[in-house]
Amino acid sequence: MSGLVYTRYELLRAFRNRRFFFFSLAFPLILYFIFAAPNRNVTNFDGSGISLPLYYMVGLASFGTMVAMISSGARIAAERQIGWTRQLRITPLSTRAYFRAKLLTGYLMSCLTIGLLYIAGASQGVSLSAHSWLEMTGLILIALLPFAALGVMLGHLLNVDSIGPVTGGGTSLFALLGGTWFPLTHGFLHDLGLFMPSYWLVQAGHVGLTGHGWPLRGWITVAAWAALLAAGAAYAFRRDTKRV
Amino acid sequence: MVPAGAQAPDIRLAGLTKSFRSPQGPVHAVRNIDVAIDRGETVAVLGPNGAGKSTTIDMLLGLQPPDSGSVTLFGRSPREAVDAGLIGAMLQTGSLIQYLSVRELLTMMAALYPAPLEVAEVLAQLSLEKLAGRRTQKLSGGETQRVRFAMALISNPDLLVLDEPTVAMDVESRHEFWDTMREFAARGKTVVFATHYIEEADQNADRVVLMANGRIVADGPPNEIKARAGGRTIRASLPSVELDALSALAGVASAERRGEVVVLSCSDSDEAIRALLASFPQAREIEITGAALEDAFLALTADPDAS
Repeated sequence: MSGLVYTRYELLRAFRNRRFFFFSLAFPLILYFIFAAPNRNVTNFDGSGISLPLYYMVGLASFGTMVAMISSGARIAAERQIGWTRQLRITPLSTRAYFRAKLLTGYLMSCLTIGLLYIAGASQGVSLSAHSWLEMTGLILIALLPFAALGVMLGHLLNVDSIGPVTGGGTSLFALLGGTWFPLTHGFLHDLGLFMPSYWLVQAGHVGLTGHGWPLRGWITVAAWAALLAAGAAYAFRRDTKRV
Repeated sequence: MVPAGAQAPDIRLAGLTKSFRSPQGPVHAVRNIDVAIDRGETVAVLGPNGAGKSTTIDMLLGLQPPDSGSVTLFGRSPREAVDAGLIGAMLQTGSLIQYLSVRELLTMMAALYPAPLEVAEVLAQLSLEKLAGRRTQKLSGGETQRVRFAMALISNPDLLVLDEPTVAMDVESRHEFWDTMREFAARGKTVVFATHYIEEADQNADRVVLMANGRIVADGPPNEIKARAGGRTIRASLPSVELDALSALAGVASAERRGEVVVLSCSDSDEAIRALLASFPQAREIEITGAALEDAFLALTADPDAS
Protein backbone atom coordinates (compact mmCIF):
# COMPACT_ATOMS: atom_id res chain seq x y z
CA MET A 1 0.00 0.00 0.00
CA SER A 2 3.04 2.21 0.21
CA GLY A 3 2.43 3.15 -3.42
CA LEU A 4 -0.71 5.11 -2.50
CA VAL A 5 1.01 8.00 -0.79
CA TYR A 6 3.59 8.04 -3.55
CA THR A 7 0.83 8.25 -6.15
CA ARG A 8 -0.84 11.07 -4.27
CA TYR A 9 2.33 13.17 -4.31
CA GLU A 10 3.02 12.22 -7.91
CA LEU A 11 -0.37 13.70 -8.81
CA LEU A 12 0.28 16.77 -6.70
CA ARG A 13 3.57 17.33 -8.52
CA ALA A 14 2.00 16.92 -11.94
CA PHE A 15 -0.81 19.34 -11.14
CA ARG A 16 1.52 21.93 -9.66
CA ASN A 17 3.54 22.05 -12.87
CA ARG A 18 1.39 24.45 -14.84
CA ARG A 19 3.47 24.26 -17.99
CA PHE A 20 2.18 20.77 -18.65
CA PHE A 21 -1.37 22.03 -18.65
CA PHE A 22 -0.97 24.44 -21.48
CA PHE A 23 -0.89 21.90 -24.30
CA SER A 24 -3.10 19.33 -22.69
CA LEU A 25 -5.78 21.71 -21.44
CA ALA A 26 -5.67 25.38 -22.36
CA PHE A 27 -4.49 24.96 -25.96
CA PRO A 28 -7.22 22.48 -27.04
CA LEU A 29 -9.86 24.46 -25.19
CA ILE A 30 -8.94 27.73 -26.88
CA LEU A 31 -8.78 26.06 -30.32
CA TYR A 32 -12.14 24.46 -29.69
CA PHE A 33 -13.87 27.77 -29.25
CA ILE A 34 -12.07 29.20 -32.28
CA PHE A 35 -13.20 26.28 -34.46
CA ALA A 36 -16.63 25.52 -33.04
CA ALA A 37 -18.14 28.84 -31.98
CA PRO A 38 -18.52 30.32 -35.50
CA ASN A 39 -19.65 26.95 -36.95
CA ARG A 40 -22.01 25.58 -34.34
CA ASN A 41 -24.75 25.03 -36.92
CA VAL A 42 -22.71 22.77 -39.21
CA THR A 43 -24.49 19.46 -38.76
CA ASN A 44 -22.56 17.19 -41.11
CA PHE A 45 -18.98 18.37 -40.88
CA ASP A 46 -17.04 17.67 -44.05
CA GLY A 47 -18.77 14.37 -44.70
CA SER A 48 -17.97 13.00 -41.25
CA GLY A 49 -21.63 12.48 -40.49
CA ILE A 50 -21.53 14.38 -37.20
CA SER A 51 -21.81 18.05 -36.29
CA LEU A 52 -18.75 20.25 -36.23
CA PRO A 53 -19.01 21.07 -32.52
CA LEU A 54 -19.15 17.32 -31.72
CA TYR A 55 -16.38 16.48 -34.15
CA TYR A 56 -13.96 19.02 -32.72
CA MET A 57 -14.97 18.30 -29.17
CA VAL A 58 -13.67 14.77 -29.58
CA GLY A 59 -10.89 15.79 -31.93
CA LEU A 60 -9.40 18.30 -29.53
CA ALA A 61 -10.04 16.07 -26.53
CA SER A 62 -7.98 13.45 -28.37
CA PHE A 63 -5.19 15.96 -28.88
CA GLY A 64 -5.17 17.13 -25.26
CA THR A 65 -5.31 13.62 -23.87
CA MET A 66 -2.58 12.35 -26.20
CA VAL A 67 -0.40 15.20 -24.96
CA ALA A 68 -1.28 14.41 -21.34
CA MET A 69 -0.36 10.76 -21.80
CA ILE A 70 2.83 11.28 -23.77
CA SER A 71 3.96 14.05 -21.42
CA SER A 72 4.47 11.41 -18.73
CA GLY A 73 7.45 10.46 -20.89
CA ALA A 74 8.90 13.94 -20.47
CA ARG A 75 8.51 13.64 -16.71
CA ILE A 76 10.19 10.24 -16.73
CA ALA A 77 13.10 11.56 -18.82
CA ALA A 78 13.52 14.47 -16.42
CA GLU A 79 13.45 12.17 -13.39
CA ARG A 80 16.03 9.93 -14.99
CA GLN A 81 18.29 12.86 -15.74
CA ILE A 82 18.36 14.11 -12.16
CA GLY A 83 18.96 10.60 -10.82
CA TRP A 84 15.54 10.28 -9.25
CA THR A 85 14.82 6.92 -10.89
CA ARG A 86 18.00 5.56 -9.30
CA GLN A 87 17.00 7.00 -5.95
CA LEU A 88 13.64 5.21 -6.20
CA ARG A 89 15.36 1.94 -7.00
CA ILE A 90 16.91 1.95 -3.56
CA THR A 91 13.49 2.25 -1.93
CA PRO A 92 10.91 -0.51 -1.50
CA LEU A 93 8.67 1.14 -4.14
CA SER A 94 7.89 -1.59 -6.66
CA THR A 95 8.21 -1.10 -10.40
CA ARG A 96 4.52 -1.81 -10.68
CA ALA A 97 3.59 0.91 -8.17
CA TYR A 98 5.89 3.33 -9.97
CA PHE A 99 4.17 2.76 -13.30
CA ARG A 100 0.73 2.74 -11.73
CA ALA A 101 1.43 6.23 -10.38
CA LYS A 102 2.58 7.42 -13.81
CA LEU A 103 -0.42 5.87 -15.58
CA LEU A 104 -2.90 7.24 -13.07
CA THR A 105 -1.44 10.72 -13.38
CA GLY A 106 -1.73 10.60 -17.17
CA TYR A 107 -5.33 9.36 -16.95
CA LEU A 108 -6.40 11.94 -14.38
CA MET A 109 -4.96 14.75 -16.48
CA SER A 110 -6.79 13.26 -19.46
CA CYS A 111 -10.08 13.09 -17.59
CA LEU A 112 -9.73 16.76 -16.73
CA THR A 113 -9.19 17.58 -20.41
CA ILE A 114 -12.13 15.41 -21.46
CA GLY A 115 -14.42 16.90 -18.81
CA LEU A 116 -13.62 20.48 -19.75
CA LEU A 117 -14.04 19.82 -23.47
CA TYR A 118 -17.38 18.12 -22.81
CA ILE A 119 -18.56 21.21 -20.97
CA ALA A 120 -17.27 23.38 -23.81
CA GLY A 121 -19.01 21.06 -26.29
CA ALA A 122 -22.30 21.25 -24.43
CA SER A 123 -22.03 25.05 -24.50
CA GLN A 124 -21.77 24.83 -28.29
CA GLY A 125 -24.89 22.71 -28.64
CA VAL A 126 -23.47 19.18 -28.46
CA SER A 127 -26.22 16.94 -27.16
CA LEU A 128 -25.97 13.19 -26.72
CA SER A 129 -27.78 10.53 -24.75
CA ALA A 130 -26.28 9.63 -21.38
CA HIS A 131 -25.42 6.25 -22.79
CA SER A 132 -23.53 7.81 -25.71
CA TRP A 133 -21.54 10.15 -23.44
CA LEU A 134 -20.48 7.21 -21.34
CA GLU A 135 -19.63 4.95 -24.24
CA MET A 136 -17.68 7.70 -25.98
CA THR A 137 -15.69 8.35 -22.81
CA GLY A 138 -14.99 4.65 -22.41
CA LEU A 139 -13.68 4.37 -25.96
CA ILE A 140 -11.45 7.43 -25.54
CA LEU A 141 -9.95 6.05 -22.35
CA ILE A 142 -9.26 2.70 -24.02
CA ALA A 143 -7.74 4.33 -27.10
CA LEU A 144 -5.35 6.19 -24.80
CA LEU A 145 -3.66 2.99 -23.64
CA PRO A 146 -1.17 2.91 -26.55
CA PHE A 147 -0.22 6.52 -25.81
CA ALA A 148 0.34 5.78 -22.14
CA ALA A 149 2.77 3.03 -23.16
CA LEU A 150 4.37 5.32 -25.74
CA GLY A 151 5.04 7.94 -23.06
CA VAL A 152 6.77 5.41 -20.81
CA MET A 153 8.78 4.00 -23.71
CA LEU A 154 10.02 7.40 -24.91
CA GLY A 155 10.72 8.50 -21.34
CA HIS A 156 13.13 5.61 -20.89
CA LEU A 157 14.67 5.79 -24.37
CA LEU A 158 15.26 9.50 -24.82
CA ASN A 159 16.95 12.20 -22.80
CA VAL A 160 15.52 15.51 -21.70
CA ASP A 161 16.83 17.37 -24.74
CA SER A 162 15.50 15.05 -27.39
CA ILE A 163 12.17 14.07 -25.88
CA GLY A 164 10.50 17.45 -26.46
CA PRO A 165 10.87 17.47 -30.25
CA VAL A 166 10.05 13.75 -30.54
CA THR A 167 6.87 13.93 -28.49
CA GLY A 168 5.85 17.20 -30.15
CA GLY A 169 6.42 15.82 -33.64
CA GLY A 170 4.88 12.46 -32.79
CA THR A 171 1.76 14.02 -31.33
CA SER A 172 1.33 16.27 -34.37
CA LEU A 173 1.65 13.31 -36.72
CA PHE A 174 -0.75 11.16 -34.72
CA ALA A 175 -3.19 14.07 -34.55
CA LEU A 176 -3.00 14.67 -38.31
CA LEU A 177 -3.46 11.01 -39.23
CA GLY A 178 -6.14 10.61 -36.59
CA GLY A 179 -8.28 13.39 -38.01
CA THR A 180 -7.93 15.80 -35.12
CA TRP A 181 -7.73 18.86 -37.37
CA PHE A 182 -10.08 17.81 -40.19
CA PRO A 183 -12.06 14.67 -40.94
CA LEU A 184 -10.34 11.94 -42.96
CA THR A 185 -13.05 10.41 -45.08
CA HIS A 186 -11.19 9.18 -48.14
CA GLY A 187 -7.82 9.10 -49.86
CA PHE A 188 -4.31 8.17 -48.77
CA LEU A 189 -4.38 9.90 -45.38
CA HIS A 190 -7.63 8.15 -44.54
CA ASP A 191 -6.25 4.76 -45.56
CA LEU A 192 -3.18 5.37 -43.45
CA GLY A 193 -5.26 6.74 -40.59
CA LEU A 194 -7.19 3.48 -40.30
CA PHE A 195 -3.99 1.95 -38.93
CA MET A 196 -3.51 4.67 -36.30
CA PRO A 197 -4.69 4.49 -32.70
CA SER A 198 -5.37 8.23 -32.85
CA TYR A 199 -7.85 7.67 -35.70
CA TRP A 200 -9.95 5.46 -33.48
CA LEU A 201 -9.55 7.89 -30.63
CA VAL A 202 -11.20 10.56 -32.77
CA GLN A 203 -13.74 8.05 -34.10
CA ALA A 204 -15.07 7.64 -30.56
CA GLY A 205 -17.07 10.79 -31.38
CA HIS A 206 -19.18 8.79 -33.84
CA VAL A 207 -20.65 6.61 -31.16
CA GLY A 208 -23.83 8.69 -30.92
CA LEU A 209 -24.31 8.35 -34.66
CA THR A 210 -23.71 4.65 -35.10
CA GLY A 211 -25.15 3.63 -31.77
CA HIS A 212 -22.36 1.21 -31.09
CA GLY A 213 -18.62 1.45 -30.51
CA TRP A 214 -15.82 0.75 -32.91
CA PRO A 215 -15.99 -1.88 -35.63
CA LEU A 216 -13.74 -4.90 -35.05
CA ARG A 217 -11.00 -3.19 -37.01
CA GLY A 218 -10.84 -0.39 -34.44
CA TRP A 219 -10.48 -2.76 -31.53
CA ILE A 220 -7.77 -4.74 -33.29
CA THR A 221 -5.84 -1.62 -34.24
CA VAL A 222 -5.94 -0.16 -30.74
CA ALA A 223 -5.11 -3.51 -29.12
CA ALA A 224 -2.19 -4.13 -31.49
CA TRP A 225 -0.68 -0.69 -30.84
CA ALA A 226 -1.19 -1.08 -27.11
CA ALA A 227 0.52 -4.49 -27.09
CA LEU A 228 3.38 -3.36 -29.30
CA LEU A 229 4.09 -0.17 -27.35
CA ALA A 230 3.70 -1.90 -23.99
CA ALA A 231 6.34 -4.41 -25.08
CA GLY A 232 8.51 -1.51 -26.24
CA ALA A 233 8.01 0.27 -22.92
CA ALA A 234 8.98 -2.87 -20.99
CA TYR A 235 12.08 -3.28 -23.15
CA ALA A 236 13.09 0.37 -22.77
CA PHE A 237 12.60 0.25 -19.01
CA ARG A 238 14.72 -2.90 -18.59
CA ARG A 239 17.47 -1.64 -20.86
CA ASP A 240 17.52 1.64 -19.00
CA THR A 241 17.59 0.24 -15.48
CA LYS A 242 20.26 -2.29 -16.36
CA ARG A 243 22.58 0.35 -17.68
CA VAL A 244 22.06 3.17 -15.21
CA MET B 1 28.75 -21.63 6.75
CA VAL B 2 28.41 -19.57 9.90
CA PRO B 3 28.64 -21.58 13.11
CA ALA B 4 25.59 -21.47 15.32
CA GLY B 5 25.67 -18.49 17.64
CA ALA B 6 28.30 -16.65 15.63
CA GLN B 7 27.33 -13.32 14.14
CA ALA B 8 27.52 -13.25 10.38
CA PRO B 9 28.87 -9.94 9.05
CA ASP B 10 26.22 -7.40 8.10
CA ILE B 11 27.75 -6.89 4.71
CA ARG B 12 29.65 -9.39 2.67
CA LEU B 13 31.07 -8.65 -0.77
CA ALA B 14 32.57 -11.83 -2.15
CA GLY B 15 34.68 -11.95 -5.30
CA LEU B 16 32.97 -8.90 -6.77
CA THR B 17 34.04 -8.16 -10.34
CA LYS B 18 32.68 -5.67 -12.85
CA SER B 19 33.90 -4.50 -16.26
CA PHE B 20 32.47 -2.03 -18.71
CA ARG B 21 32.90 -1.74 -22.42
CA SER B 22 34.37 1.49 -23.65
CA PRO B 23 35.65 2.71 -27.01
CA GLN B 24 39.18 2.19 -25.68
CA GLY B 25 38.46 -1.43 -24.81
CA PRO B 26 37.14 -3.01 -21.63
CA VAL B 27 37.45 -1.07 -18.38
CA HIS B 28 37.97 -3.31 -15.37
CA ALA B 29 36.21 -1.16 -12.81
CA VAL B 30 36.23 -3.64 -9.94
CA ARG B 31 38.54 -6.65 -9.86
CA ASN B 32 37.65 -9.48 -7.52
CA ILE B 33 37.25 -7.70 -4.20
CA ASP B 34 36.27 -9.26 -0.89
CA VAL B 35 35.01 -7.20 2.03
CA ALA B 36 33.15 -8.21 5.19
CA ILE B 37 31.74 -5.47 7.41
CA ASP B 38 30.33 -6.09 10.86
CA ARG B 39 27.44 -4.40 12.59
CA GLY B 40 28.28 -0.97 13.94
CA GLU B 41 31.39 -0.39 11.86
CA THR B 42 31.92 2.89 10.07
CA VAL B 43 33.90 2.10 6.97
CA ALA B 44 35.39 4.55 4.49
CA VAL B 45 35.98 3.32 0.97
CA LEU B 46 38.84 5.60 0.02
CA GLY B 47 40.50 5.95 -3.33
CA PRO B 48 41.25 8.32 -6.18
CA ASN B 49 38.65 8.97 -8.89
CA GLY B 50 38.28 5.92 -11.07
CA ALA B 51 39.37 3.51 -8.32
CA GLY B 52 36.07 1.62 -8.54
CA LYS B 53 34.42 3.06 -5.43
CA SER B 54 31.15 4.09 -7.02
CA THR B 55 30.84 0.87 -9.00
CA THR B 56 31.36 -1.05 -5.77
CA ILE B 57 28.71 1.05 -4.01
CA ASP B 58 26.30 0.52 -6.91
CA MET B 59 26.76 -3.24 -6.71
CA LEU B 60 26.41 -3.12 -2.94
CA LEU B 61 23.03 -1.41 -3.36
CA GLY B 62 21.90 -3.68 -6.19
CA LEU B 63 21.88 -0.86 -8.74
CA GLN B 64 24.29 -2.78 -10.96
CA PRO B 65 24.63 -6.53 -11.20
CA PRO B 66 28.20 -7.78 -10.72
CA ASP B 67 29.81 -9.73 -13.56
CA SER B 68 30.72 -12.31 -10.93
CA GLY B 69 30.72 -12.54 -7.19
CA SER B 70 27.96 -11.80 -4.74
CA VAL B 71 26.63 -9.20 -2.32
CA THR B 72 24.92 -10.24 0.91
CA LEU B 73 23.34 -7.64 3.18
CA PHE B 74 22.00 -8.90 6.51
CA GLY B 75 21.86 -12.38 5.02
CA ARG B 76 19.74 -11.23 2.08
CA SER B 77 20.14 -10.02 -1.46
CA PRO B 78 20.43 -6.23 -1.90
CA ARG B 79 16.90 -6.05 -3.33
CA GLU B 80 15.43 -7.93 -0.36
CA ALA B 81 17.35 -5.77 2.10
CA VAL B 82 16.15 -2.60 0.33
CA ASP B 83 12.55 -3.85 0.34
CA ALA B 84 12.79 -4.55 4.06
CA GLY B 85 13.80 -0.91 4.61
CA LEU B 86 17.21 -1.86 6.02
CA ILE B 87 19.21 0.33 3.63
CA GLY B 88 19.44 4.09 3.36
CA ALA B 89 21.65 5.61 0.71
CA MET B 90 22.83 8.93 -0.58
CA LEU B 91 24.07 8.48 -4.13
CA GLN B 92 26.88 10.49 -5.62
CA THR B 93 24.77 12.36 -8.13
CA GLY B 94 21.16 13.29 -8.07
CA SER B 95 18.94 16.20 -7.33
CA LEU B 96 15.44 16.38 -5.94
CA ILE B 97 12.16 16.14 -7.77
CA GLN B 98 10.41 19.48 -8.10
CA TYR B 99 7.04 20.87 -7.08
CA LEU B 100 7.10 19.42 -3.57
CA SER B 101 8.05 21.05 -0.29
CA VAL B 102 10.83 19.51 1.76
CA ARG B 103 8.29 18.19 4.26
CA GLU B 104 6.09 16.72 1.51
CA LEU B 105 9.08 15.04 -0.11
CA LEU B 106 10.17 13.44 3.15
CA THR B 107 6.60 12.40 3.96
CA MET B 108 6.36 10.75 0.57
CA MET B 109 9.66 8.92 1.04
CA ALA B 110 8.79 7.86 4.59
CA ALA B 111 5.56 6.29 3.35
CA LEU B 112 7.55 3.89 1.18
CA TYR B 113 9.18 2.20 4.18
CA PRO B 114 7.86 -0.26 6.74
CA ALA B 115 9.21 1.47 9.88
CA PRO B 116 10.34 5.00 9.08
CA LEU B 117 11.39 7.75 11.47
CA GLU B 118 9.05 10.64 12.15
CA VAL B 119 9.45 13.33 9.50
CA ALA B 120 9.55 16.00 12.22
CA GLU B 121 12.35 14.15 13.98
CA VAL B 122 14.51 13.98 10.86
CA LEU B 123 13.80 17.62 10.03
CA ALA B 124 14.97 18.58 13.51
CA GLN B 125 18.02 16.36 13.42
CA LEU B 126 19.27 17.92 10.20
CA SER B 127 18.25 21.49 11.12
CA LEU B 128 15.82 21.52 8.22
CA GLU B 129 12.80 22.87 10.14
CA LYS B 130 13.14 26.33 8.64
CA LEU B 131 13.21 24.85 5.16
CA ALA B 132 10.37 22.37 5.70
CA GLY B 133 7.84 24.42 3.77
CA ARG B 134 10.15 25.41 0.96
CA ARG B 135 9.80 23.93 -2.50
CA THR B 136 12.72 21.68 -3.42
CA GLN B 137 13.62 23.70 -6.53
CA LYS B 138 14.29 26.76 -4.33
CA LEU B 139 17.00 25.11 -2.20
CA SER B 140 20.69 25.91 -2.45
CA GLY B 141 23.21 23.20 -3.29
CA GLY B 142 24.15 22.63 0.34
CA GLU B 143 20.51 22.57 1.45
CA THR B 144 19.72 20.06 -1.27
CA GLN B 145 22.47 17.78 0.02
CA ARG B 146 21.03 17.99 3.52
CA VAL B 147 17.60 17.00 2.23
CA ARG B 148 19.17 14.11 0.33
CA PHE B 149 20.85 13.03 3.54
CA ALA B 150 17.47 13.26 5.27
CA MET B 151 16.01 10.97 2.60
CA ALA B 152 18.73 8.43 3.33
CA LEU B 153 17.96 8.55 7.07
CA ILE B 154 14.16 8.63 6.90
CA SER B 155 13.78 4.85 6.66
CA ASN B 156 15.75 4.46 9.91
CA PRO B 157 18.07 2.07 8.10
CA ASP B 158 20.47 -0.39 9.72
CA LEU B 159 22.99 0.30 6.98
CA LEU B 160 23.68 3.79 5.69
CA VAL B 161 25.57 4.04 2.40
CA LEU B 162 27.00 7.40 1.29
CA ASP B 163 28.74 7.85 -2.04
CA GLU B 164 30.97 10.95 -2.02
CA PRO B 165 28.40 12.74 0.14
CA THR B 166 30.23 16.02 0.73
CA VAL B 167 31.41 16.83 -2.78
CA ALA B 168 28.94 19.69 -3.22
CA MET B 169 29.24 21.05 0.34
CA ASP B 170 31.12 23.99 1.79
CA VAL B 171 33.41 23.52 4.79
CA GLU B 172 30.80 24.32 7.40
CA SER B 173 28.18 22.03 5.89
CA ARG B 174 30.78 19.27 5.83
CA HIS B 175 31.34 19.56 9.56
CA GLU B 176 27.63 19.47 10.28
CA PHE B 177 27.20 16.58 7.91
CA TRP B 178 29.84 14.41 9.58
CA ASP B 179 28.55 15.32 13.04
CA THR B 180 25.13 14.03 12.06
CA MET B 181 26.65 10.93 10.50
CA ARG B 182 28.57 10.16 13.69
CA GLU B 183 25.42 10.64 15.80
CA PHE B 184 23.72 8.14 13.56
CA ALA B 185 26.60 5.68 13.71
CA ALA B 186 26.65 6.00 17.50
CA ARG B 187 23.27 4.28 17.60
CA GLY B 188 24.99 1.07 16.60
CA LYS B 189 24.26 1.50 12.90
CA THR B 190 26.59 0.41 10.14
CA VAL B 191 27.89 3.12 7.82
CA VAL B 192 29.79 2.72 4.56
CA PHE B 193 30.92 5.84 2.76
CA ALA B 194 33.00 6.40 -0.33
CA THR B 195 35.31 9.39 -0.47
CA HIS B 196 38.45 10.63 -2.14
CA TYR B 197 39.20 13.01 0.75
CA ILE B 198 41.80 11.42 3.00
CA GLU B 199 40.92 13.61 5.97
CA GLU B 200 37.29 12.56 5.81
CA ALA B 201 38.24 8.92 5.96
CA ASP B 202 40.75 9.59 8.70
CA GLN B 203 38.41 11.58 10.90
CA ASN B 204 35.13 9.79 10.42
CA ALA B 205 35.81 6.11 9.83
CA ASP B 206 37.04 3.45 12.16
CA ARG B 207 38.15 1.41 9.21
CA VAL B 208 39.47 2.38 5.81
CA VAL B 209 39.22 0.23 2.71
CA LEU B 210 41.69 1.75 0.28
CA MET B 211 40.92 1.09 -3.38
CA ALA B 212 42.99 1.66 -6.49
CA ASN B 213 42.48 0.39 -10.02
CA GLY B 214 39.53 -1.72 -8.98
CA ARG B 215 41.43 -3.55 -6.25
CA ILE B 216 41.65 -3.22 -2.49
CA VAL B 217 45.21 -2.15 -1.72
CA ALA B 218 44.82 -1.71 2.04
CA ASP B 219 42.14 -2.46 4.62
CA GLY B 220 42.41 -1.54 8.28
CA PRO B 221 42.07 1.22 10.88
CA PRO B 222 43.20 4.65 9.60
CA ASN B 223 46.23 4.72 11.89
CA GLU B 224 47.44 1.39 10.65
CA ILE B 225 47.19 2.49 7.04
CA LYS B 226 48.93 5.75 7.76
CA ALA B 227 51.73 3.88 9.51
CA ARG B 228 52.08 1.54 6.59
CA ALA B 229 52.26 4.20 4.00
CA GLY B 230 52.72 7.52 5.66
CA GLY B 231 55.93 7.02 7.66
CA ARG B 232 58.82 9.44 7.36
CA THR B 233 61.59 9.07 4.88
CA ILE B 234 65.32 9.29 5.61
CA ARG B 235 67.70 10.18 2.80
CA ALA B 236 71.43 9.93 3.23
CA SER B 237 74.51 9.83 1.07
CA LEU B 238 75.85 6.38 1.82
CA PRO B 239 77.75 4.66 -0.99
CA SER B 240 78.70 0.98 -0.96
CA VAL B 241 76.36 -0.25 1.75
CA GLU B 242 74.16 -3.24 1.10
CA LEU B 243 70.45 -2.38 0.97
CA ASP B 244 69.66 -5.52 2.93
CA ALA B 245 71.68 -4.25 5.84
CA LEU B 246 69.79 -0.97 5.76
CA SER B 247 66.33 -2.43 5.54
CA ALA B 248 67.19 -4.67 8.49
CA LEU B 249 67.69 -1.60 10.73
CA ALA B 250 65.15 -1.00 13.45
CA GLY B 251 62.37 1.34 12.35
CA VAL B 252 63.09 0.93 8.64
CA ALA B 253 60.35 -0.53 6.48
CA SER B 254 62.20 -0.58 3.18
CA ALA B 255 65.30 0.82 1.55
CA GLU B 256 66.21 1.77 -1.98
CA ARG B 257 69.23 3.23 -3.66
CA ARG B 258 69.40 6.22 -5.99
CA GLY B 259 73.05 6.47 -6.94
CA GLU B 260 75.03 7.40 -3.87
CA VAL B 261 71.90 8.26 -1.98
CA VAL B 262 69.82 5.73 -0.09
CA VAL B 263 66.18 6.34 0.71
CA LEU B 264 64.80 4.64 3.79
CA SER B 265 61.05 4.45 4.22
CA CYS B 266 60.50 4.28 7.96
CA SER B 267 57.81 2.95 10.19
CA ASP B 268 59.54 4.77 13.09
CA SER B 269 61.99 7.43 11.93
CA ASP B 270 63.30 8.26 15.42
CA GLU B 271 64.40 4.72 15.96
CA ALA B 272 65.67 4.43 12.41
CA ILE B 273 67.94 7.50 12.55
CA ARG B 274 69.57 6.29 15.79
CA ALA B 275 70.14 2.85 14.33
CA LEU B 276 71.45 4.30 11.10
CA LEU B 277 74.01 6.54 12.79
CA ALA B 278 75.07 3.77 15.16
CA SER B 279 75.69 1.28 12.36
CA PHE B 280 76.82 3.62 9.59
CA PRO B 281 78.48 6.74 11.05
CA GLN B 282 79.86 7.57 7.59
CA ALA B 283 76.36 8.61 6.43
CA ARG B 284 76.34 12.24 5.26
CA GLU B 285 73.85 14.84 4.07
CA ILE B 286 71.04 13.32 6.06
CA GLU B 287 67.51 14.52 5.46
CA ILE B 288 64.38 13.40 7.25
CA THR B 289 61.06 14.24 5.59
CA GLY B 290 57.61 13.55 6.90
CA ALA B 291 55.60 12.10 4.06
CA ALA B 292 52.36 13.98 3.81
CA LEU B 293 49.26 11.89 4.11
CA GLU B 294 48.62 12.76 0.50
CA ASP B 295 51.93 11.21 -0.54
CA ALA B 296 51.13 8.06 1.35
CA PHE B 297 47.80 7.85 -0.32
CA LEU B 298 49.41 8.34 -3.72
CA ALA B 299 52.07 5.76 -2.93
CA LEU B 300 49.52 3.13 -2.03
CA THR B 301 47.15 3.86 -4.85
CA ALA B 302 49.67 4.40 -7.64
CA ASP B 303 48.84 2.55 -10.83
CA PRO B 304 51.44 -0.22 -11.17
CA ASP B 305 50.70 -0.45 -14.90
CA ALA B 306 51.28 3.24 -15.52
CA SER B 307 54.82 3.50 -14.18
